[in-house]
Amino acid sequence: MSRVSEKAPTGVLDDLELYTRLYRQMLLIRGFEDLVQSLFLKGEIYGTTHLYSGQEAIATGVASLLEDRDRVAATYRGHGHALALGVDPQKLLDEMLGRESGINGGRAGSMNVNSLDDRLIGSFGIVGGSIAAATGAALALKRTSGGVAVAYFGDGAMNQGYVFECLNFCRVLKLPLVLLCENNGYGEYTSFRSVTAGEIRGRAEAMDVPAETIDGMSVWTVREAAARALAHARAGDGPAFIEAITYRFVGHSRSDPGAYRPEGELDEWKARDPIVLLRAQLEADGIDAGRLDDVARETSEQLDRMRAAGLAAPFPTALESKEFKD
Amino acid sequence: MAAVAFRTAIRDALDEELAADERVILFGEDVAVAGGVFATTTGLYDKYGPERVFDTPISELALAGAAFGSAVHGLRPVVEIMFGDFLTLAMDSLVNQSTKYWFLTQEQVSVPLTIRSVVGAGGRFGAIHSQMPVSWFMGVPGLKIVAAATPADAKALLKASIRDDNPVLFFEHKRLYTLEGEVDGAEARLGEAAVVRAGTDVTLVTAMKGVHDALEAADVLERDHISVEVVDLRTLRPFDLETVLASVRRTNRIVVVEEGPVTGGWAGEVLASVAEHALGYLDDAWRIATPNTPIPYSPPLEDLFLPGAERIATEIRRRLR
Repeated sequence: MSRVSEKAPTGVLDDLELYTRLYRQMLLIRGFEDLVQSLFLKGEIYGTTHLYSGQEAIATGVASLLEDRDRVAATYRGHGHALALGVDPQKLLDEMLGRESGINGGRAGSMNVNSLDDRLIGSFGIVGGSIAAATGAALALKRTSGGVAVAYFGDGAMNQGYVFECLNFCRVLKLPLVLLCENNGYGEYTSFRSVTAGEIRGRAEAMDVPAETIDGMSVWTVREAAARALAHARAGDGPAFIEAITYRFVGHSRSDPGAYRPEGELDEWKARDPIVLLRAQLEADGIDAGRLDDVARETSEQLDRMRAAGLAAPFPTALESKEFKD
Repeated sequence: MAAVAFRTAIRDALDEELAADERVILFGEDVAVAGGVFATTTGLYDKYGPERVFDTPISELALAGAAFGSAVHGLRPVVEIMFGDFLTLAMDSLVNQSTKYWFLTQEQVSVPLTIRSVVGAGGRFGAIHSQMPVSWFMGVPGLKIVAAATPADAKALLKASIRDDNPVLFFEHKRLYTLEGEVDGAEARLGEAAVVRAGTDVTLVTAMKGVHDALEAADVLERDHISVEVVDLRTLRPFDLETVLASVRRTNRIVVVEEGPVTGGWAGEVLASVAEHALGYLDDAWRIATPNTPIPYSPPLEDLFLPGAERIATEIRRRLR
């Protein structure tokens, strides 16, 4: 991991225990993705995967504010979204491995994970599909629990009809939806600037939806913005929009080496690694480095145990499925 | 018993389900204040209010997504997609979300939504307001497709669709809206066909407007001493194969009349299933469907395009000669 060049100011984090937990959470997501990648290269994980490495601060920050009655629709880059909501990491890994003990019994795989018990409506494999699912959840939550629905999507989804239709739909019906655009700079292999007219945030603003663009690498910045957006939605004022600027440290999917990136761009972003940033801030605010080293070691050991248990878990053997509910 | 129009039967079914279950909500373009472009939702907004019955933007992607997301969070949405031709825009959420969820949640979470849509040709609406989109959806596991032919079935099957825990596409043929018939309030189950006319020489399987064309053709053929058994499938997916097989075992011939392109249609699915299960009983099997062209506008052209009673009678007479 790279070093943060500037010295972090002090007194930034308001709750050091909370942020130490978030540090552990972000390390777990990063380690999970590294583990997925290594298992993929060994042929133990199939098809394709889209890793969340580099974007951990967003899912972690937002999830830390959600209530039991809230719901989340994730993207196919959704392992981080799931883990941040509390999906059992072992069951998530087992799902990637196609095992019977997977969170969805091996039926879903990397791109389609769901767990309503953990507030995760699903991960949606169609770009922009998460926004549709969250729109419907918001429609119901407004009439039932008073919860808020959160939709994650990337900059690539900004040019899908789902964004425009659902933003407008939720605005006119005043539905409690938070739209969280994770702008990692690239829609698949193509720079978002070269295929996206105008500013992302402006599209929400045009519909009178409050919107802000934030540093998606800083988990405390994410939390501050998410708190504002959630409060707006929870108050019955309709949707709120956040564009979080971030970067994926890996290619779009497992087959993508990221050759389209300008030289040096990845290194520049790695200097703003959200985990490195948080660690520096925790230390600046007074958390002992040794304690944070312990967190990192424990997480690493947890992932080693998960790897062994996952590879030992049995595969499903029969596809017994009823087409319809009676 | 008073005769009720098909469109009134639809309205009454919605009214009764909205009254019976507060989880039922109804939304779509022009369905609330205006009472529906085809006047199938008249008065429901006034009766149930904007939380239960509401107008939406012309946004089929959002409508289908709103149906999916609300259905997995405790509501039972009924959505109107005005013309079936517009279902192309609603297809992503319906196909990639609603019909996948039951399976992907390991059969823990079902998606109780109903999408109503107006379909069918003969109204001079041209190529993209007249289609019969059934075959677009026949290959989608987890989806039910309902197609009523009479006011009584329209009411009973729509009520059953709304009460069903699975995603249901409920098709309303625009040329049946003014059809009147007795509605006795009997319940119906999805997936059950009805033998609407008994016969001995040939089994004619059809649905919706085709049922009325088939009955008219059967009357004509009776004078020629050809006895036609007419089976109204009522649900096209999953369809009632047992009722069809039982009939074919008696008549030894089957013709399927489908308003829809002959290639890739549900008529082919019915014939394939009958061939798989009752080939030894078959003396003849064929389809009467629409040509593989878009639907023409001009009245003489559209009439030529559709498989009406005259063509059905002529073909049966020729094949049974």
